[in-house]
Amino acid sequence: MLHMGPQGDLGIFGNDPGIVIAVKVLGIFVIMVVMTLMTIWAERRVVGRMQMRIGPNRVGPFGLLQSLMDGVKLALKEEIIPKGVHLAVYVIAPVIAATTAFLTFAVIPLGPEVSMFGHVTPLQLTDFPVSVLYVLAIASIGIYGIVLAGWSSGSIYPLLGGLRSSAQMISYEIAMGLSFVAVFLYAQSMSTSQIVAAQEPMWYIVLLLPSFIIYTTAMVGETNRAPFDLPEAEGELVGGFHTEYSSLKFALFFLAEYVNMVTVSALATTLFLGGWRAPWPISLWDQANVGWWPMLWFFGKVFAFLFVFIWLRGTLPRLRYDQFMKFGWKVLIPVSIVWILIVSIARYLRSTGGLESRNLLFAASAVLILIVVASYVVDLRRKKADEVESERLALEADQEFDPFAGGFPVPPMPGQAAQPSRRANLTVTSTVSASAIATEATEDK
Amino acid sequence: MNAENLVFWVSGTFAVVGALGMVVSRKAVHSALWVAFAMINIAILYFTLEAPFLGTTQIIVYTGAVMMLFLFVLMIVGVDSSDSLLETIKGQRLLAAFFALAFGGLLVSAIASTQASPSNGLAVANAGYGGHLQALAKLIFSDYLLAFEVTSALLITAAMGAMVLAHNERWAPKKTQDQMQRERTLGNHITPMPAPGVLARNNSVDTPALLPDGSTSVDSLPTAFRGQGQVEKINAIEEAGK
Repeated sequence: MLHMGPQGDLGIFGNDPGIVIAVKVLGIFVIMVVMTLMTIWAERRVVGRMQMRIGPNRVGPFGLLQSLMDGVKLALKEEIIPKGVHLAVYVIAPVIAATTAFLTFAVIPLGPEVSMFGHVTPLQLTDFPVSVLYVLAIASIGIYGIVLAGWSSGSIYPLLGGLRSSAQMISYEIAMGLSFVAVFLYAQSMSTSQIVAAQEPMWYIVLLLPSFIIYTTAMVGETNRAPFDLPEAEGELVGGFHTEYSSLKFALFFLAEYVNMVTVSALATTLFLGGWRAPWPISLWDQANVGWWPMLWFFGKVFAFLFVFIWLRGTLPRLRYDQFMKFGWKVLIPVSIVWILIVSIARYLRSTGGLESRNLLFAASAVLILIVVASYVVDLRRKKADEVESERLALEADQEFDPFAGGFPVPPMPGQAAQPSRRANLTVTSTVSASAIATEATEDK
Repeated sequence: MNAENLVFWVSGTFAVVGALGMVVSRKAVHSALWVAFAMINIAILYFTLEAPFLGTTQIIVYTGAVMMLFLFVLMIVGVDSSDSLLETIKGQRLLAAFFALAFGGLLVSAIASTQASPSNGLAVANAGYGGHLQALAKLIFSDYLLAFEVTSALLITAAMGAMVLAHNERWAPKKTQDQMQRERTLGNHITPMPAPGVLARNNSVDTPALLPDGSTSVDSLPTAFRGQGQVEKINAIEEAGK
C-alpha cells in the first residue's frame, strides 16, 4: 500500500559536532570534484565509443587521469582579460556559477544514519522543511553567474549567449518546479530526507511517471546539455557566455556545468528513484539499506543518469531555439499543470475515502494519453485550416498592389509584392572581364 | 555573541550596503545587482528567523525571477547605456523624501506596536498546525483564500495584458522547415553569394569580387549597385590605377 505522511524526523539534523560537519563538507567537495573529473573522462570515452573512436587512453590506466591533466593544463594557461570587460563583475561571475553549483549538494541525502567518530549522524550535510525549494533557489542564483558572465564580457556574442542561456534555464526551471509538486503531494513534505523515507514502499518513478519524465527533460534543459545546449551553439554564438573567459575562470564554468549535471542527477535519484534505497533484487538482502552500503546504490543511480546525459549528447542533434522554447512553454508546462490537477484530485478523493487512489491514477494516465491524442488530432485539423488560410492569402496576393490606395502611399498587403524598384529594372549588359579591359587599355597606349 | 547574532550583523550590514549601493550606482545594471545582493541577504535573515519557506521563496521569486527580468531588460537596452540625470517629473525629490519619511514612520510605528505588547513566539503560533509551513498553507488556503485568489487574478490579468500588448498578427503563413530547406537548396545558390572584393585600393561593397579567371562577379555586389554600369565603372577605375 502507499505510504502516507512523512516518516523520519528532521530533529536528527543540526546536532552534529564541528568535526563531523567539517568531514561532511570536505567529503561533499571532494566527491563533487572527483565526480566531475570522472564524468568528463567517461563522457569522452563513451562518446568516443559511440562515434567508433577509442577516446583518451594515454594518461593513467584507461586514460583515467586525462581530465586531471587537462585541468592542470587549463589552470596553468595564460589568463587573457579583454579590454572592454567590467572587471569586478567579470571576476565574480565564474565564482557565483561554481559556488552555487556546490551549494545544492548540501541537502542531498547520500545514505541513512551512520556512525562517524562515535557520533550517529545521517549521511547528509543538512536538511530542513523546504530543502527541495532551496535547491531551486540556489539554481536561480546560479543563473546570475551566467547572465553576468555574458554581460560583463562587453562583447556581443557572450551577451546573446548569456541571455539565451538564462532564458532557457528560467523557462525550464518552471517546468522543473511543477514536476516537484506531485512528489510533494505524495510525500507530504518538501524535505529531501523525508521524501526518501516516503518512498520506502514504492519509488515515485512508478507512481508519478509523468512527473519523472517532465523532470528529466527539464533537467537536461536546465544544465544546458545536448540536445538543449543552445548557449554553446558554436555556429551561432561562438562559445556563448564563456567566449571571453580563459584559464582558471573558464575552468570554473566548466566545473560548474559538470557539478550541476551531478546535482540534478542526484536530485532526480532522491525524488523519483528512492534516493539511497537499494533497487529490488538487492533490497531483499536485509543489510542493503543500513550503514554505508546505501551510498553505493545512490551513486550507482546517479551514474546511470550521467550515462543518459552522455548518451543523449552522443545521439541527438541540437534543437532550434524557437522549437526548444515552444517545447518548454507549450508542452512541458501545460502537461505538468494538468498532471498536478489529476494528482491532487486523486489525493483528495483518497483522503476523503472516495476511490482507490491507484486505480484513479491509472485512469488519469489514460485520460492524459487521450488528451495528448486529442491535441494531435486538433493539430492536424488546424494544419488543414492553415492551408485554407494560406490559399486565401495567396488569392489576396494575386490582387494587384495599388501603392496609392485611398490617395495615400501605402505598403503592400501580405503576399502582395511592391512595385519593383526603378534600378532593379536596369540590367547589367555584360560582365566585362578585367582582362578584356586590360588588353583594351594596352591597345590604347 | 552567538551564531544567530553574528549572522544578523553580517547579513544585515550587507543588506543595507546593497540598498545603498543600489541608490548610489550610476549604471542601471550595477543598481540591479546591488538589489539582488540585498535580497539574498534579507533571505538569509529570514532563514535565521526560522522562516526557511519565506527565505527560499524570497530568493526564487525576487532574486531569481523579478530581478532577473530587470537585468534582461537593462542588458537588452544596452551594455553601456547610463541613465540621464535630468529630472523629468517636477518636485520628484520632494515627493520622494515625503514618501520615504512616511514609510519610515509607518515602519517605526509597526515595530513599536510589536514591542509594546508581548509576543507569543514562533512555537505558540505554530502549535496548532505542526510546523510553520503547514501553518502558512492552512492560513493561506482558508482564512486568506480570497486575498490569495485576488492577488493571483491580478497577476494573471497583468500577464494577459502583456501578452495582448506584445501580440502580433501573422501576415503571411509561417514557412515550414521543409519549405525553408527547399528554398535554400533548390535555388541557384546553395552556398552564400560571393562576398564583394576587398582590394588594396578600394574596400567598399561596390567593388565586385574577382573570379579565378580574372573576370568580375556581378553576384558579389548588392542588388542596388548592379545597374547603371557600375561594374564597368569600377573596372575602369581599377584599370586607371594600374
